[in-house]
Amino acid sequence: MCGIVGLHLRNPDLYPLLGQLLTGMLCEMANRGSDSAGVAVYGDPTWTPPGSGTVSLLEVDATAEEVAATLGPDVTVTRLGETYLVSAPASADSLLAAARAAYPQALVAGFGADVAVLKGVGHPKALTEAWGLAGAAGWQGVGHTRMATESAVTPSGCHPYAVGPDQCLVHNGSFANHATIRRELRAAGVEFDSENDTEVGARFVAQKLADGLDVETALKELCGRFDGFYTLLVSNRDSFAVVRDAIACKPAVIAETDDWVAMASEYRAFVGLPGVAKAKIWEPEPEVVYAWKR
Amino acid sequence: MTNWALRESATFDRPTIAAIQRAAETGIYDIRGWGAKRALPHFDDLLFLGASMSRYPLEGYRERCGTDVVLGDRNAKHPLHLDIPVTIAGMSFGALSGPAKEALGRGASEVGTSTTTGDGGMTAEERGQSKHLVYQYLPSRYGMNPDDLRKADAIEVVLGQGAKPGGGGMLLGQKISERVAGMRTLPEGVDQRSACRHPDWTGPDDLTIKIGELREITDWEKPIYVKVGATRTYYDVKLAVHAGADVVVVDGMQGGTAATQEVFIEHVGVPTLAAIPQAVQALQELGVHHKVQLIVSGGIRSGADVAKALALGADAVAIGTAALIALGDNHPRHAAEYEKLGSAAGFYDDFQDGNDPAGISTQDPELAARFDPVAGGRRLANYLRVLTMEAQTIARACGKAHVLHLEPEDLVAVSIEAAAMARVPLAGTEWIPGR
Amino acid sequence: METLTKFDLSAVALRDVNAALHAKNLSGEFVIENPSGAHNLAVGLDAPVKITIDGHVGYYAAGMNQQAEITVNGNAGTGVAENMMSGSVWVKGNASQSAGATAHGGLLVIEGNAAARCGISMKGVDIVVGGDIGHMSAFMAQAGRLVVRGDAGEALGDSIYEARIYVRGTVTSLGADCVAKQMRPEHHEELERLLKAAGFEDDDTKAYTRYGSARALYHFHVDNASSY
Repeated sequence: MCGIVGLHLRNPDLYPLLGQLLTGMLCEMANRGSDSAGVAVYGDPTWTPPGSGTVSLLEVDATAEEVAATLGPDVTVTRLGETYLVSAPASADSLLAAARAAYPQALVAGFGADVAVLKGVGHPKALTEAWGLAGAAGWQGVGHTRMATESAVTPSGCHPYAVGPDQCLVHNGSFANHATIRRELRAAGVEFDSENDTEVGARFVAQKLADGLDVETALKELCGRFDGFYTLLVSNRDSFAVVRDAIACKPAVIAETDDWVAMASEYRAFVGLPGVAKAKIWEPEPEVVYAWKR
Repeated sequence: MTNWALRESATFDRPTIAAIQRAAETGIYDIRGWGAKRALPHFDDLLFLGASMSRYPLEGYRERCGTDVVLGDRNAKHPLHLDIPVTIAGMSFGALSGPAKEALGRGASEVGTSTTTGDGGMTAEERGQSKHLVYQYLPSRYGMNPDDLRKADAIEVVLGQGAKPGGGGMLLGQKISERVAGMRTLPEGVDQRSACRHPDWTGPDDLTIKIGELREITDWEKPIYVKVGATRTYYDVKLAVHAGADVVVVDGMQGGTAATQEVFIEHVGVPTLAAIPQAVQALQELGVHHKVQLIVSGGIRSGADVAKALALGADAVAIGTAALIALGDNHPRHAAEYEKLGSAAGFYDDFQDGNDPAGISTQDPELAARFDPVAGGRRLANYLRVLTMEAQTIARACGKAHVLHLEPEDLVAVSIEAAAMARVPLAGTEWIPGR
Repeated sequence: METLTKFDLSAVALRDVNAALHAKNLSGEFVIENPSGAHNLAVGLDAPVKITIDGHVGYYAAGMNQQAEITVNGNAGTGVAENMMSGSVWVKGNASQSAGATAHGGLLVIEGNAAARCGISMKGVDIVVGGDIGHMSAFMAQAGRLVVRGDAGEALGDSIYEARIYVRGTVTSLGADCVAKQMRPEHHEELERLLKAAGFEDDDTKAYTRYGSARALYHFHVDNASSY
């Protein structure tokens, strides 16, 4: 179980503050889960240089220097906590293929033109410090704090699940029929990194988006197929969407101003956002997809 | 002359035929009390390795075998100190008569253990009689109030029970008497529909906050238990601990109820034997075994069952059905009346009808008046003493100076299923299937 | 003269604030500053005191309240005034899910909107909502009154027992066994009293519709199987 947060900035003047605001939101959700945390940041010029593809890797058994040397001359590797951000002036897909070939045991936490996905084990506050999240910039970020059930708490267990280019999904709740859907996706050739129910949701959405559906339709289809209680936040480089299941027991609050749209498991995650006192605040209706586009 | 050629179908046996015919006649599912009646791998399939050349027994009486247990000392100012590791499980006033609840309090207090309220709130009689009272906090919240919360010795947040994990309470109209209706804020005589989820939290992340609220309201004085019916026990226990539980209660599918659908009782949940090692493993992995105590229930009948549950890693057990039987439920003296009700002594499980000739699971004042709470309390105390002495006998024979010193290595199994579920070796071998 | 005591939740621990508010024979007025969405604030009160919380609260604010008059100058999280027995809780902003859940008495006023499950399992409390309420509100509502000046979401009053609901706006859909009912003079009077207590005395009670139990599900019956 967990806490989820998301922030979509509309006003470019706020882009330099993305990391600081996201840090505040994430740490407010630490008491919903403090074993591990994950964030995705869209548009930080250092982490995901414009014109480059970036791959976020976990469980890499080598130093950052070794990785850079292995993957090629134009590749930069930044290590933030347990995450390796690998960038190169190439498509993210080709960089991903190269990384997978060189490090087949590594876990791909995310990939794309603009997204950096950082995950780690430990208290969210400590993790945000290790990542230097407060200094990050960008137009959008999502985050997740996790209460682990397995004794071996691993960074890969955390959301966001980023299984498509520049795509992220965070989930609060629990699916009830994901085992069957996982089998169906496997039969269609999809590979899974974990036994986690959230990963099934992420790969389902990624499949739909790859088939050409827009995010609203993909999420509507998810609602039709998945049983369980869930609040989902799905982000792409150009969109930010929230949906809840039909029964909608898991918490979710959305706040919106002209400058930003934010979503969190609890209202208190919003307290540090500029202008929140005047924000329109509401709780999403069941099975309604709320989406914002850049 | 019996016809020896008659052969009953194992698939469509007589109870199954009767059930199908009943469904066809009434158009509504069958509701009954008690827990799962089918044969399941259970404690009977485990045996103790008594004293031998390498293990030495303790003498009875002179060489003490302790039975006391402390529950809920992780966070609470006032944990429960019980003299015996057998508690009385939650059963509501409403499901049971007032005199029956009084008897449970009397018997438990006489031997220094606790009783638990049920899905209907706390009665003054039970608080008056019970030296240690655990107050259940259920999805229905019938009768829940802060004054009673403060009067309780512990609070048990109930997610579910073994008879119906995932189901809510049920009390049919004939048992919603004026008093029961008043306590539950319901119209008299309605069939009570109960919620299966709590109204203001779902999931361990929100349970954490809820447990915090209950602690804040009671100034951190009382242990908070979390009770689950046995299903995905390993994960449930881990999440309960993460959410802040001081004690975890796991109720296997043999656990009883006063009323629910027959299909729920027989086909949902896992046997107690399969649940205990999962719970213990969860606690051990989190480093809190015996620090967050484990109470196990669902088919505890004798001191041997008590000893086996403790050996597998529980800190205490709870009894429900057995306590009612000790009070006088299903006693042969009522045989004629059970027959009039279409049942028989030893088979009677229609608690939902409220016609119990023993006066235990009824709200009918005439029937309830038959039950003498003082005598009933004495019978329960006797039974609890026997359970304790039997467990001590076994513990001494295994060389233990305290019943809580029993361990899984004191046990072997006599069936493969029991060996696999309980995670102890098949007798005469070192084999634990699946490990 | 009533003493006024201030607590700054950014400086003092929640436990200390709640412990102080649980003191025997508590009297006076209290202000709690900088709540910042804290959970379990001012829970388990049992004294005829006035508490003002300046800011937003998290889950279960004023939970199990007895006698106290508590005002939240902000929004409230899940379960505000849950299981309240008496006294009053006034939320100036919006309330999240399960507002007034399973409460037995007292008055809960939410000036803004309440979200899903408002008044779920209510057992005698009076709830007045200035704006809208979300889906599954008054689910299994056993007793008490719920007044909604705005709209109600899906499945209003599903499995309702004897609670009474008054809605001025639209109802997206009614839950099992919940039906519109006639407004008799005693209902107009009751509604008027509730609106006045919540500061909405100018409302026209004729603009409201009363909802309550059809009482068809009070006994299990095969013909109702589709409702279960």
